[in-house]
Amino acid sequence: MRARTLLLLLLALIGVAAASLLLPYGPLRTLFAEDANLAGAVLVELRLPRTLLALAYGATLGAAGASVQALFANPLASPDLTGTTSGAALGAVVTAYYFGFAAPAALAIGSVAGALLALFLLLALAGPKAETATLLLAGLAISALAGALTTLALALAPSPFAFYDAYDWLMGSLIDRSLDQAAFAAIPALAVILLLLRLGPALDRLALGEEVAQSLGHDVRRLRLWIVCLTALGVGACVAICGAIGFIGLIAPIFARRLVRGHPGRAILPAAMIGALLLAAADLAVRLVPLGRTLPIGVVTALLGVPFFLGLVARMRWRVTS
Amino acid sequence: MMLSASGLSLDGRLHDAALEVQAGELVCLVGPNGSGKTSLLHALAGIGGATGSVSLDGVDPRRLGAAARPRAFTYLPASRDLPWPLLARDLIALGGGGGAPAALELEPVLDRRVDTLSTGERGRVLIARALAPRPRLLLLDEPTANLDPLWQIRLMELIRAELADGDRIALVAIHDLDAALHHADRILVMNEGRIVAEGLDGPHVAQVFGIEKVDGRWRPVPR
Repeated sequence: MRARTLLLLLLALIGVAAASLLLPYGPLRTLFAEDANLAGAVLVELRLPRTLLALAYGATLGAAGASVQALFANPLASPDLTGTTSGAALGAVVTAYYFGFAAPAALAIGSVAGALLALFLLLALAGPKAETATLLLAGLAISALAGALTTLALALAPSPFAFYDAYDWLMGSLIDRSLDQAAFAAIPALAVILLLLRLGPALDRLALGEEVAQSLGHDVRRLRLWIVCLTALGVGACVAICGAIGFIGLIAPIFARRLVRGHPGRAILPAAMIGALLLAAADLAVRLVPLGRTLPIGVVTALLGVPFFLGLVARMRWRVTS
Repeated sequence: MMLSASGLSLDGRLHDAALEVQAGELVCLVGPNGSGKTSLLHALAGIGGATGSVSLDGVDPRRLGAAARPRAFTYLPASRDLPWPLLARDLIALGGGGGAPAALELEPVLDRRVDTLSTGERGRVLIARALAPRPRLLLLDEPTANLDPLWQIRLMELIRAELADGDRIALVAIHDLDAALHHADRILVMNEGRIVAEGLDGPHVAQVFGIEKVDGRWRPVPR
């Protein structure tokens, strides 16, 4: 990636982070005139966690998507399409029955376990070098299973409040999270992204084929295990705090690879930056579009992501038939 | 002496193989499908956890770190499939540095994506990837597959030229027995996971391949 592109992405990130902190500006200015302390508290306790979560979650989805796509050598692999996100959501909902949604540590363990289970199931079902169709079918099956089990868990909810809590959380939201909760997602996310970046060169070599990568000194089996575990950890921690948010992990790496001449491993850094940018921008849109009530962010990313995904599928089909 | 290996076994497809190759030698591996040519190359390249010992100038190449490998040895797989549509130039660079040998005449395709190349062009790009770091040991699986007759000859001559400094070794798995006879310093015949003979003179050819040379042409052995 050229230094100029990197700088441009960085500036865009700073811009969207600042906008996310300061917009809408009107109420903040009024509040600042009346009570500067309160305005400061709004900024630090309400808006900062939301901005942090949008950036961390988006970056994790971007980096995890790029790594999973590189590993499966398939541009349609992503945490949500392969069932990782739904596995994490199931793990979190089941855990929440015992500990409630306000226990981030238990939730995180539950959702990381769910994500891991889903990823290993995917590897077992689709195999390490899956064709697009096999990968998507296996991912669909895992998502459907996790979705059904999540619905079952909801149906068996001990009380209407528990049901509503779980339902609300499942739709994916960055709102009303504390700074502690934000840190709980952001710290593992940062660690996971840094570790995934270290695997970038090995993932690039994987573009020469598994055997050649192995002959060049990369232990492909260990690489696969690392990516599965890191992806599950990063996505799981974010899902535990914010619920499931789709399509960022699919879209960000596809844009990112255009910036690095298609190198799947080198795309991890720009994918993380673009993922953060996309989610923070989507969250801003949710906040600024006047609809009476706040749209769940997961719904917005899906509404924007599905047409993109369909376009991608149509283009692949067109390429195959022509 | 430069390369020696003994007791190489891999997953029931290679049994207790041993070989010694001198510096500067071009050795062809021949044998029917499934005779263990690819497995032998895998075992030497450290792919798939083979047992046995390998020594390249006294060092086990399979124990080298990723930084030292491209200059020590290279492995070219028989498959021309690639998982990602990289530019030819970038693909060659991923092999560990060095430019494509000029003799492969890749200048016109360097800035094209490998999925837009013909199978033969892609084959030459992959060979360039393998040769670019100028490794001391070349392990090449079917390098002439998918190449037209002219390029088959030019490629074998290029491999010979690469060995001209007398310090490098090439092990080439190949199905074309005449090409092996023409280009190799030595021919190792493999069958059922073992190196069973050297050279293509003798009754073992009919036993291993089921063909024999009559009046200068290969024909099936009458049953």
